[in-house]
Amino acid sequence: MENFTPLSALVGGLLIGLGAAVLLLGGGRIAGISGIVGGMIKPPSGDHLWRACFVVGLLIGAGGYALFAPDKFVVQFDTTAGTVAAAGLIVGYGTQLGHGCTSGHGVCGIGRLSLRSVVATALFVAAAMITVFITRHMMGGL
Amino acid sequence: MPLALAALAAGILFGLGLAVSQMTNPAKVLAFLDVAGDWDPSLAVVMAGAVTVAFIAFRIAAGRSAAPLAGGSFDLPTRRAIDTPLVMGATVFGVGWGLAGLCPGPALTALLSGQRKAFLFVGAMLAGMVVYRFMSRGRPAED
Repeated sequence: MENFTPLSALVGGLLIGLGAAVLLLGGGRIAGISGIVGGMIKPPSGDHLWRACFVVGLLIGAGGYALFAPDKFVVQFDTTAGTVAAAGLIVGYGTQLGHGCTSGHGVCGIGRLSLRSVVATALFVAAAMITVFITRHMMGGL
Repeated sequence: MPLALAALAAGILFGLGLAVSQMTNPAKVLAFLDVAGDWDPSLAVVMAGAVTVAFIAFRIAAGRSAAPLAGGSFDLPTRRAIDTPLVMGATVFGVGWGLAGLCPGPALTALLSGQRKAFLFVGAMLAGMVVYRFMSRGRPAED
């Protein structure tokens, strides 16, 4: 566990929760990123502006930190381009079918004590852990 | 406070939180998912912190006279059923998350790194969302 970073994880987690709280109490909306992005590829229904603002904010927040601490903003891919493309495709499809991802089901859904979201979160964490076990420890990495 | 402004402020906090906690790094996320390897429990701490604050916010929102500052009413999910699409969707998403270490939020912030794989992932993710829209056409509107 030499890579465990509990303090930055706690501070970051509280900030993520604060972001979800601002969108809920300020705008009345759920901070579920797959839902926010997925809603932008539907025909315009007048609610594209707030979705775009959230995504722009997400990039400003992470980008600001990257400028402030460039050595701490690392984006390291451990997988091949083919695997990355396949992963993106099924993440896009799966989050729409299951109506949520790590933020919508994980942070907001569990935060509102939704049994549906608790089940979804348990399933995607378990599926991801099994996938990593198979690809890393049984297939030697993809 | 207009909705767009609330969304911008929320996005900034959310993005900052992802970056501070290093959840923007797929290698760090995979280190959490790799329970049989050199396990890094950081993601669990991130979730615990985020869920705690979200829980408080939802308690406030559930108050009798609570209303969003932007006006209107709370737009909350209405589905309750643990049905096949939920189970299939969450499982499929989990497999993709485990393959690359990216979920939708960190996928977007990964674009800031300028790496080809980040654009590849986001392009494929949007394509997957379009495929879902196309396949679910004709069914009663769910959302």
